[in-house]
Amino acid sequence: MTATRHDAPMRSSVGNPGAEKRGMNLTLRIWRQQGPTVKGKMVTYKITDISPDMSFLEMLDVLNEQLIMQGDDPVAFDHDCREGICGMCGVMINGQAHGPQQTTTCQLHMRSFADGDTIDIEPWRATAFPIIKDLAVDRRALDRIIQSGGYISVPTGTAPEAHATPVPKADSDAAFDAATCIGCGACVAACPNASSMLFTAAKVTHLGLLPQGQPERNDRVVNMVAQQDREGFGGCTNIGECSAACPKGISMETISRLNHDLLGALRAGARPKS
Amino acid sequence: MPLELFNVGEPIADTKAPTDVPIGERWSERKFRGRLVNPANRRKLTIIVVGTGLAGGSAAATLGEAGYKVKSFWYQDSPRRAHSVAAQGGINAAKNYRNDGDSVHRLFYDTVKGGDFRSRENNVHRLAEVSVNIIDQCVAQGVPFAREYGGLLDNRSFGGTQVSRTFYARGQTGQQLLYGAYQALERQIAAGTVEQNARTEMLDLIVVDGRARGIVARDLVTGEISTHFADAVVIASGGYGNVFYLSTNAKGSNTTAIWRAHKRGAYFANPCYTQIHPTCIPVKGDYQSKLTLMSESLRNDGRVWVPKERGDDRDPREIPESDRDYYLERLYPSFGNLVPRDIASRQAKNVCDEGRGVGPGGLGVYLDFAEAIERLGRPAVEAKYGNLFDMYAQITGEDPYAVPMRIYPAVHYTMGGLWVDYDLQSTIPGMFVIGEANFSDHGANRLGASALMQGLADGYFVLPSTISSYLADGPFEKVDESHPAAVEALTGVQEQVQKLLSINGNRTPASFHREVGQLMWDLCGMERTDEGLRKAIDRIQEIRQEFWTNLKVTGDWHSFNQTLEHAGRVADFIELAELMCIDALHRRESCGGHFRAESQTPEGEALRDDENFAYVAAWEWTPEGQPPVLHREDLEYEYVHLAQRSYK
Repeated sequence: MTATRHDAPMRSSVGNPGAEKRGMNLTLRIWRQQGPTVKGKMVTYKITDISPDMSFLEMLDVLNEQLIMQGDDPVAFDHDCREGICGMCGVMINGQAHGPQQTTTCQLHMRSFADGDTIDIEPWRATAFPIIKDLAVDRRALDRIIQSGGYISVPTGTAPEAHATPVPKADSDAAFDAATCIGCGACVAACPNASSMLFTAAKVTHLGLLPQGQPERNDRVVNMVAQQDREGFGGCTNIGECSAACPKGISMETISRLNHDLLGALRAGARPKS
Repeated sequence: MPLELFNVGEPIADTKAPTDVPIGERWSERKFRGRLVNPANRRKLTIIVVGTGLAGGSAAATLGEAGYKVKSFWYQDSPRRAHSVAAQGGINAAKNYRNDGDSVHRLFYDTVKGGDFRSRENNVHRLAEVSVNIIDQCVAQGVPFAREYGGLLDNRSFGGTQVSRTFYARGQTGQQLLYGAYQALERQIAAGTVEQNARTEMLDLIVVDGRARGIVARDLVTGEISTHFADAVVIASGGYGNVFYLSTNAKGSNTTAIWRAHKRGAYFANPCYTQIHPTCIPVKGDYQSKLTLMSESLRNDGRVWVPKERGDDRDPREIPESDRDYYLERLYPSFGNLVPRDIASRQAKNVCDEGRGVGPGGLGVYLDFAEAIERLGRPAVEAKYGNLFDMYAQITGEDPYAVPMRIYPAVHYTMGGLWVDYDLQSTIPGMFVIGEANFSDHGANRLGASALMQGLADGYFVLPSTISSYLADGPFEKVDESHPAAVEALTGVQEQVQKLLSINGNRTPASFHREVGQLMWDLCGMERTDEGLRKAIDRIQEIRQEFWTNLKVTGDWHSFNQTLEHAGRVADFIELAELMCIDALHRRESCGGHFRAESQTPEGEALRDDENFAYVAAWEWTPEGQPPVLHREDLEYEYVHLAQRSYK
């Protein structure tokens, strides 16, 4: 497997003995940016003999091993669990958040591409997600939205017996559907407005559907919406790209719920904390 | 044992558990005897918590609520990404909601037995006791556990126990529990009781006058290496299964925090105890970075087999029944495909070692649903296992409804970790270790759905009670970055980072990691022998030598440099690997997931040696060139009687 800058000489292939299928040859155009204040640019790399069974991140691993051995700076990208649940990975692939399949980047496999393809790889694009380096961005704005109200205030040791509060199964299941949001940021990256509404709506829906979440329901929604504005996320105009890109399939219905809750809360006199 | 590999030191004992009262009263008694810190004084005390998984996240949130000043550190961008998020199955609790005879004592009993009698009775009993509080806490936080139509919580059985005590949130229990703890933590961050340090990695422990007083950490974005101080340090950095390179752990999971604390004086207990999970998707190619677990529940309906003849590479659908070996059903007629994890794993390895494995490299066995599909119909199989089949298809590109799945065992969880007493305090006063990073609760084998329980028990309920006993003596004399111990630790880290960057050799950190990982898997994995372990130790020493002379890391340390991060972790994995092999070598018995070929019954089953090995091996680090020192902690079984396991 070889990775070369387009202006560097090609190296010979080292093969891939574990793979069952023939290797693919690809052209990668990757956003390289040294740091948040440095100007970035697309750089082209050729990579050969990629197994269709590799995950997208394993393909980047192969590229990086080659770059290190050539003395070049490897491509920085975020990843961790590599099983589609931690939400750490995420890049724009050919203009789509996490690429052509509705899954996380770590669960996208190279068989989704064809031999000879050119693939554009860019970081999440949003003012609220400053670039750290190359493909890695800072998504802590999402945590600050949670800090503004995405929880139930129940100090340890103060909880009542679990069966004291029955929850209808349908509500519990619907809450779970919303709670599966992994906070990867694909919704923001996919949105033309860079809105974080689907993320916030998922949390508002999860907690708002449960009896435990009721006491703080009004304050939660006004504070979380206010915080997304402060972070520089754009407004939601119901385009739906967020949900289409969401690897966990969080539905647009959560946004309807958020809007409903927000109106109710404002009518009831709830105002965001300054 | 030859003394050149290790020396034997004084025995070690846990002196904090009040053994003068019956086991059911010990935890209450310990809490009562422990000293308290009044709320006004808590504000003057600072606690560092490293890691934000179930243990670290819940501990930091709870200590923040209690009024301590908490400094929380994690290496990802957000605490919501800690690897606890990936756990699937569930969390045990002795609620007895099914009225099926469960109790605190039964959960305690099952866990001690499941750990193959190498865990501590006192700690396990406490774990069973607080398990009920965990469910209450998580439900109140809004964790959407599975519910019955009447609105009450649902349960399922897990890991061969005879009661249904496992609470679950579909196949994503770890995710939902972690989000509960994460949200509690974010609430405290907003309240100002917890200071956040994202993308920051602990690289050393600062010990002043024998007490843990701070850490050296590197900001992974700016590269800045700095010192942080506190009255106590809590390490909740998870397990070290990534020493094997391929595992079910997150790629970033590492041993650096606990290993460097070990080098500062914390004893490392039972390092060789590794849990191997039998149902993972096999390795496909040499590029592979990760192993993915398939739920153990698949073995309820899937039949495990390999071809009878080696080299039979026919399409599995064309291999007639007469040419198949359903080896688990053959060897264990009573339990069949449902034998425990350690046994299913080892037998899969055995048939592959015989050359009868299937798939790339011959490292796989079939998990076949053809009969189940025939018996139940495809819709019923889809309803039961559809999401797992989809996941398998996504990763392998094969249709498991049409051809049998291929599975192979993988490293999943480490039961060893830093030695702690009943208060969860390490051998360094002021340093506490919680969750997978410590050793005490799982013995030589972890039962399903007990890892999440331990993480949350330690973080929410145990540590917040025990740490006050230590902090009642605080605040301790102020220490700042000018203290000689802090300067020494900071300089040491800087020098190491500089060294890693300056070698400029010919091999990447990943290539060393792969090599040492493969060696560990082959020689210190599911089955170990005296000869193999000695070979591994020799080779690890060579790899270590080569690492420090032939490593290549590009870039500098004043910036975001993932290769440098990895290099530091690999350096620690190499050292840990050697200690794991020494520990495995000295323990000439088979127990739990640890199978010593020299210690087996005439039928080839694991043979424990309680006479000689009913102890915890707590290892003390000694400076370069000196062998480690073994301190034994005898294990006594007062309430659960020692017995041999059988699954025939």
